[in-house]
Amino acid sequence: MRIGVLALQGAVTEHIVSIEKTGAQGLPIKRVEQLEEVEGLIIPGGESTTIGKLMRKYGFIEAIREFAGQGKPIFGTCAGMIVLAKHIAGGEPGHLELMDITVARNAFGRQRESFECDLEVKGIAEPVRAVFIRAPLINEVGPDVDVLTIYKDEIVTARQGNLLVSSFHPELTDDYRLHQYFADMVEDSIAANQ
Amino acid sequence: METGTSRVKRGMAEMQKGGVIMDVMNAEQAKIAEAAGAVAVMALERVPSDIRAAGGVARMADPTIVEEVIKVVSIPVMAKARIGHYVEAKVLESLGVDYLDESEVLTPADEVFHINKHEFTVPFVCGAKDLGEALRRINEGASMIRTKGEPGTGNIVEAVRHMRYINSQIRKVTNLSLDELYNEAKILGVSYELLLEVHQLGKLPVVNFAAGGVATPADAALMMHLGADGVFVGSGIFKSDNPEKFARAIVEATTHFTDYKLIAEVSKNLGAPMKGIDIATLTPAERMSERGR
Repeated sequence: MRIGVLALQGAVTEHIVSIEKTGAQGLPIKRVEQLEEVEGLIIPGGESTTIGKLMRKYGFIEAIREFAGQGKPIFGTCAGMIVLAKHIAGGEPGHLELMDITVARNAFGRQRESFECDLEVKGIAEPVRAVFIRAPLINEVGPDVDVLTIYKDEIVTARQGNLLVSSFHPELTDDYRLHQYFADMVEDSIAANQ
Repeated sequence: METGTSRVKRGMAEMQKGGVIMDVMNAEQAKIAEAAGAVAVMALERVPSDIRAAGGVARMADPTIVEEVIKVVSIPVMAKARIGHYVEAKVLESLGVDYLDESEVLTPADEVFHINKHEFTVPFVCGAKDLGEALRRINEGASMIRTKGEPGTGNIVEAVRHMRYINSQIRKVTNLSLDELYNEAKILGVSYELLLEVHQLGKLPVVNFAAGGVATPADAALMMHLGADGVFVGSGIFKSDNPEKFARAIVEATTHFTDYKLIAEVSKNLGAPMKGIDIATLTPAERMSERGR
């Protein structure tokens, strides 16, 4: 099983290391043609404005929408969650606009307010260590969205069918259970397509 | 809930990887940089080439400029404090700066001691020209390293030298036996534990960017080719004829540093880059990279 990590900017290698712990093969994706080589895609943390701009520039908006349309799973962390969202609070235009959520950028404040803590994620037995870096959060979700984690009344992990998002960075810890959760989604989608 | 942990500080630098951090002197330039795809901006009163030209003592920027920049962009804002100037760093942290650069571009405030960076909630980046300097800065709490290069010269030669040297030293350390590591730690003047970490990882335990003399898209791509995690561009952008186009070109060349056709494309009609200085004509006192060890 091959899982791509969008490699335009951001924490690409950390995601590849984490996804390979699940037994899947991780591939950095720099060009749209490479999407054909993978069964799932991770959009990493980084700067969402930079990643969004480069996605537009190189034709990734249409290509990733098509990828998602084929039922292939996508996992967005932090900036990845922002580019997957249908709406961005404050009127900024969205990017992929795939997932029925409204996100607020830099919702916890500046870097000095960035933090880590333990969080319960629905579907994962024990709490995970969650690292929040100038992180976004989800203000609103549509009816098809399953909320997986709430931190201080705010939604920070959610799933809608083949789309998974988290405000925090599971790739910055040695704990790969959220990546395993995603790898299972990819495996299910492969099985469903056969 | 914990703020300012090593993971949170180093993680912030990880998120900047593959990106370009641009020096800006006002809100208008900050907006241009953000629109061009910068992953962060460095708010300054003067870019390094102007600091060189002006002479005298270079200090932290006027807080008004820093606040102005923070107000207009949503990407992270960095600012520079003088080497060893604890108070400048604390002042910048209080303004909400996301990342501090304890920088040799400014006139050092302390010729022996660097800032104890563990005492800060926000992360620090520091310059290094060899592995010893890099590990001493990390030991003091730096969460990100950059080459020193020779800022404000538009000449990539020093950044290349520093990046190559650090990487060759890392390759050597990776191949040492454990008993040889003790002596190497003594020679480099660094802690054995940190050197052991480099030996095991085969790289620095933090992100390593290129800085100091990047003047063209091809320069940025060269530094990525040599193993940089990302690029700082100082005087290069806003000293060029067409900053907007130039900034976009540097961002694209950094992302696609092995796509030479693309680099050719973005390098067309950029206008004159900054004129630049031959490093050999600088006196030792004019060399910023000699500041802070």
